[in-house]
Amino acid sequence: MTQLPETSEKKLGLVIDLDTCVGCHACVTACKGWNTENYGAPLSDMDAYGSNPSGTFLNRVHSYEVEPRAGGCSQTVHFPKSCLHCDDAPCVTVCPTGASYKRQEDGIVLVEEDACIGCGLCAWACPYGARELDLAAGVMKKCTLCVDRIYNENLPEEDRIPACVRTCPAGARHFGDLGDPSSEVSMLVAERGGFDLMPEQGTQPTNKYLPPRPKDQLPDMDVLSPALEPVAGEPKGFLKWLDKALEAI
Amino acid sequence: MFFEDRALDTSPKVSDEVRKTTCYMCACRCGINVHMKDGKVAYIEGNRDHPVNKGVLCAKGSSGIMQVNAPSRLRAPMKRTGPRGSGEFEEISWDEALSIATLWLEPIRKSSPEKLAFFTGRDQSQSFTSFWAQNFGTPNYAAHGGFCSVNMATAGIYTMGGAFWEFGQPDWDRTKLFMIFGVAEDHDSNPIKMGLGKLKARGGKVIGVNPIRSGYNAIADEWVGITPGTDGLFISALIHLLLKAGKIDLKYLANFTNAPCLLNETPGSPDNGLLLRDSDGKPLVVDRTTGTLTPFDEPGVKPNLAASVEMDGVTHRTVFQHLAERFLSEDYSPEAVGERCGVSAGRIKSIAAELARVAFEEAFELDQPWTDFRGKRHETMTGRPVSFHAMRGISAHSNGFQTCRTLHVLQILLGTVEVPGGFRFKPPYPKPVEAHPTPHCHSKPDCPLDGPHLGFVRGPADLAFKEDGSPARIDKAFTWENPLSAHGLMHMVISNAHAGDPYKIDTLFLYMANMAWNSSMNTRGVMEMLTDKDENGDYVIPRIIYSDAYSSEMVAYADLILPDTTYLERHDCISLLDRPICEAEAAADAIRWPVVEPDRDVRGFQSVLIDLGARLGLPGFIDENGEARYEDYADYIVNHQRRPGIGPLAGFRGDGTKTGRGDINPDQLEKYIENGSFFVEHVPDEAAFYKPWNRAYQDWAVGLGFYDKPQPYLFQLYVEPLRRLQLAAEGHGERQPPDHLRQQILECLDPLPTWYPVLEETVVDPEQYPVHALTQRPMAMYHSWGSQNAWLRQIHGRNPLYVPTKIWQQHGFEDGDWAQVTSIHGQITVPVAHMAGLNENTVWTWNAIGKRKGAWALEDDAPEATKGFLLNHLIHELLPSKGDGMRWANSDPITGQAAWFDLRVRIEKVTAPEESQPVFGALKSPVGEGPAVVRQKVSK
Repeated sequence: MTQLPETSEKKLGLVIDLDTCVGCHACVTACKGWNTENYGAPLSDMDAYGSNPSGTFLNRVHSYEVEPRAGGCSQTVHFPKSCLHCDDAPCVTVCPTGASYKRQEDGIVLVEEDACIGCGLCAWACPYGARELDLAAGVMKKCTLCVDRIYNENLPEEDRIPACVRTCPAGARHFGDLGDPSSEVSMLVAERGGFDLMPEQGTQPTNKYLPPRPKDQLPDMDVLSPALEPVAGEPKGFLKWLDKALEAI
Repeated sequence: MFFEDRALDTSPKVSDEVRKTTCYMCACRCGINVHMKDGKVAYIEGNRDHPVNKGVLCAKGSSGIMQVNAPSRLRAPMKRTGPRGSGEFEEISWDEALSIATLWLEPIRKSSPEKLAFFTGRDQSQSFTSFWAQNFGTPNYAAHGGFCSVNMATAGIYTMGGAFWEFGQPDWDRTKLFMIFGVAEDHDSNPIKMGLGKLKARGGKVIGVNPIRSGYNAIADEWVGITPGTDGLFISALIHLLLKAGKIDLKYLANFTNAPCLLNETPGSPDNGLLLRDSDGKPLVVDRTTGTLTPFDEPGVKPNLAASVEMDGVTHRTVFQHLAERFLSEDYSPEAVGERCGVSAGRIKSIAAELARVAFEEAFELDQPWTDFRGKRHETMTGRPVSFHAMRGISAHSNGFQTCRTLHVLQILLGTVEVPGGFRFKPPYPKPVEAHPTPHCHSKPDCPLDGPHLGFVRGPADLAFKEDGSPARIDKAFTWENPLSAHGLMHMVISNAHAGDPYKIDTLFLYMANMAWNSSMNTRGVMEMLTDKDENGDYVIPRIIYSDAYSSEMVAYADLILPDTTYLERHDCISLLDRPICEAEAAADAIRWPVVEPDRDVRGFQSVLIDLGARLGLPGFIDENGEARYEDYADYIVNHQRRPGIGPLAGFRGDGTKTGRGDINPDQLEKYIENGSFFVEHVPDEAAFYKPWNRAYQDWAVGLGFYDKPQPYLFQLYVEPLRRLQLAAEGHGERQPPDHLRQQILECLDPLPTWYPVLEETVVDPEQYPVHALTQRPMAMYHSWGSQNAWLRQIHGRNPLYVPTKIWQQHGFEDGDWAQVTSIHGQITVPVAHMAGLNENTVWTWNAIGKRKGAWALEDDAPEATKGFLLNHLIHELLPSKGDGMRWANSDPITGQAAWFDLRVRIEKVTAPEESQPVFGALKSPVGEGPAVVRQKVSK
C-alpha cells in the first residue's frame, strides 16, 4: 500500500473542452511522441505492422454517439481521456511497491518505473482505464502531465505545458492549477459548468471536462419570420423594390 | 514508501538541436521543429512562429517520426524482373536507372513527345514538374487535381478569382457565423481547427452541412445531414429566400460584381447572352446618375442593377435581373427542394434567416480608410461576419462545378467576400481568369511545348485539339467533354492510354500517385489495364516509370522505380508560383531541407528530374554549353528565374533584403533556414480587405510580382466563357462540339449557377440502387501513406461501412455483421457498423485504409488487408452504357472532376466471409515486412 499526500500545494491538471474537440487525435500522437522519447521506458508498439497492433498510449480519444433523450439529431462527442490525477487516487493506494505515487507539490500522479513490478493492480483499480502496461518494458505507463516539460528549464517558458495542450489545434485542452480558484482553468470550469468524470467513484479527479453546448437549437420555421419577409408578391414588384432600394444607397 | 523520497529530473535535456522545416504529412504544410539527438530525429512539434499552424500540429504531423523511419521506405532504384503486378524487382544503381530512363525517353522526345504521359499525384512542386514537362514538350502533364477538387478551384477562379483553402480563409478573428459544406476533415487541417477553436471561444456559431456528423460536423452547432449531390439545390433555396426578402448587399453587388453588366437578349444571335462592351472590350453598365452607358470602372459611376437598355433593336438587361429571375423561381423554394435535399423546408428557412440576421444585423464598420479602383476613398470597411468553407464533399460530384459556383454566388450576394468577418483571399489570390494562362497543347518533336499545360479557357478557341480536331491530350482535358478541366483528368490517363484513345502512348511516368489502388476508380480494371498485353505479347502501355518514397501498391506495376526520399531528407520549396501557404494577411512561402540525410540509396524526385532533364538535353535544364544547368533541386530553387527577378522563392532575394522581385541570392536557402524555413510579408492594413478592388492591395501585389500591373476586376455572377461555349453548342462559330455533346453543354454549362441531378442518377435506377455511398478521410490519416504509420494505424486500422439507423434496422444488422454492397459496376463484401448521425439514405467509410497484401511493409494478415476495403471497386471511370453507342465519363461535364461521390449502391446482409471481398493476391514486397516490436527512442 502506498500513501497519498493529505493535500497537495497545487492541483495541476487539464480542462478538456468537449464542445470544441473535433476528435483529430493530435493530442494522442503528440503525447506518444514526447513520452516515448522522454520519461522512462519508450512507449512500445507490439505487432507494429501486423494483424493486431497494440501500443502503449497515455492518452486516447474515444468517439461516442449520443441520441438526445428529448429526440432530435444524434450527436457525436469526441472524448479524450488520460489520467485525471485524482485527489483520492485508488491506483496509488493499491500499489504494493510504492511505485505509484502522487506528488505533494502539484498533485501529479506518477509511476516510478524502477520500482514498478508490472503487477497491473493499479490499472485494475483505476475506474477510468487510464493506465496501460507497456508489454515490452513490463512497467505501468500513464500520463505524467508532462512533468518533464512543465518545469523544464531547457524549454522556452511558453512551452512548459503538456505536449497535448501545446499541440491541440482546436485549443480544446487547457492546463493549469485547478486548486487555485482564480486560475484561468478554474474560471473556465466555473463559467462553462465543467464537471468531474464519474464523480460517484469518489476519486476526486483533478482534470475537468467542459460539456458540449446544446446543439441543433435553431427552431424550424413554419411561417416566414420577419427576417425573411418577401419584399414583393410578384416578380414585377421585385424590380420596383430594387429600384427603390438602389435609390437609397 | 513515501512521496517525499522521489528523485525525479524535471528538467531533462530536450535535444541537441532544433531543425525547423515544413511538414509533409498532409497538404497543409505546417511549420515543424524537428528535435535532433545524436544526429537522429527525436521529436517533432509545431513551430510557433509559422504562419500556417502557429505552433500546433495534428496527429499526422506528430507521427512524422514513424514515417521517416517507416519500414516501407524504398531503399534503392529498382528494375522489374517479374511480370508487372508481381512486385518482383532487382535493385540497381542510380546510374543504371537514369540511363534506362534516358534510353526510353530520348527517342520519344525526338519523334513524338506526346507519347510521354507525365502525371504527378500529391506533388507540392507543380510549378517545377510542369516546367520539366513543358521543356520535354509533351502536352500530357497534370497533377492530381482532376480527381480531387478541381470543381472547387475552378468554380472559384471563374466566379471570384479564388476559392477556399489554398486560395482563402474565413476572417477567423471576426466571423460570427461559419457555414461549412462537405469537408472531409482536412483541407485544410490545422488552420480550420484553430479557426473553429477561436470562433467557439468567442461564442460564434457553426453550421455544418454534410451527410455525416463526424469531425467538424460533430462540433457544429447546427448539423444539416444533407442528401449527397443536392447541396446546390439547398444553397439555391437559401438564395431564393434571401433574394425574395431583399436580404442581399445591393451596394456591393452594384460596385464589385458584374451584376449591373448588361446581357444581349437576342435569341439566335451569335451575341446572345454576351456582355455589352465598349470598343476597348470593357463591360458597360448604366450609370444611375446620368442614365448613360458607362465603362464599369469609370470614376464616379453608380452602376444600376435594374437597368434595361435598347440598342439597335437589341434588348440588354442586367445580369442581376437574369439572376433574380432564375432564383426567384418557385423551383427553388424550400418547399420544392426540401424533400430531395433531405432537409425540411422549415430548417432551410431558419438557416436563411440566420444568415440574413448575422450578415445584416450584426454588420459592423472597421475604422480603416481605403481607396477603391475607381479612385473613391472609403472612410471605413464594412464587415459582414458570415463566412463559408467547402471542399470535396460538394466538389466531387458531376454537378460539383455548378454547386461550388452557387455557393460562391451566395457569399457574394450576402456581400461577405473580402470584407471584415467574411471570407478572405490569401495572396497571390485573388487573381481573375484573365491573370491566368490559357491551356497549351501544341507539341513538336525535339521542342518544348508552346506554353503552360494547364490554364483557364475563355472560349472555344482555347480548347486543346490537334489540327485534325482530335483531343490533343491523353486525358482529353479541355475538350468538349469537359472544357474547363483546369487540373487535367489524371483518373482517365490509364484508361485512355490502355484504349489508345485518343492515341497510344509509350511511357507512363507517375510520381506519388497510387493509381493501382486507392487513387483510381475501378481499381481492378486499372490493374488489368496496367498488365494487359497486346497480340505480340507486349504490354499495351509499353513502359511505366514510377517514383514514390514508399512501397505502395503502384510500385508493383512499374518497370522502373526511382525511389524518393521522405520529407525530412529533402529540399522542397512551397512557392508562390505554385500552391502557396499564404494567410489572408500575409504572403508566405517556405522550404524543406534535409534535416537528416537518407540512410538509403534514394534521391529527392525533383533532383532526379533535374538530372534526367540534363541527360535529355531539355532546354531549361542545360546551359549554353550543353552542360547541366542545375546541380540539384536546391540549386534550381535558388537560381531558377521564371521572369527576370522572380524565382521559386520570394523571400531574401538580391542582397537578402529584397522581397518578391530581386536578383538571385546564393545564400537564400541559408536565410530561409535561419528564419525557420519560411518567409512572410504582411499585407498593409489599408490593403487587408476588398483586395480585388483595393488600390493599395493591387499596388502591393504588383510590387511583390504577383502580376505586372494592377488588375482590378469584378466578381462574375455570370460567367461569360461558359456562354461562349454554349453559343458554339448552338451552332455559332467555327469550332463546333460533336452533336452528341450539344445538349449536355447547353444544360450544364449555364453561365448562371444552376443545379442538375448528378449524372449517375440519370443512368442508374434509384429503386435498384437506393443508397448513396461516400468516403471521408480521417483527420489522423492522409491519403494512403498514413495507413502504414505504426502509430496512426492503431487509430485508424479498420474502416467499417457505417450504416444509418434506418438501413441498419431494415436489414436487421447487428454488431459484427457484414454486408454485400453492390453498385452498377461492382460488388464488395465488408464489415458494417451502426451510425445514427448520418443521412438516412447514405452509407460511408474512411478513405484509403484498405491495403493490398504485400504493400506498405505490412504483414499479409494486417487488418488493413483483411478487413479494410476500398469503395473504389464500386466506381467506374465511365458511366454505364446508355445504349447510345458511347460511354460517358463519370466526371463533371464542365471540369472533368472525378465524380467519386455520385455513387449509388444497394446493400444486403451476408454471412461474414473470412476477409473483405474482393481479395487480390499478395504482392511480393520489395522491402520485406516491418519489425514486430517498435520501441521508438533515440536517447538511451
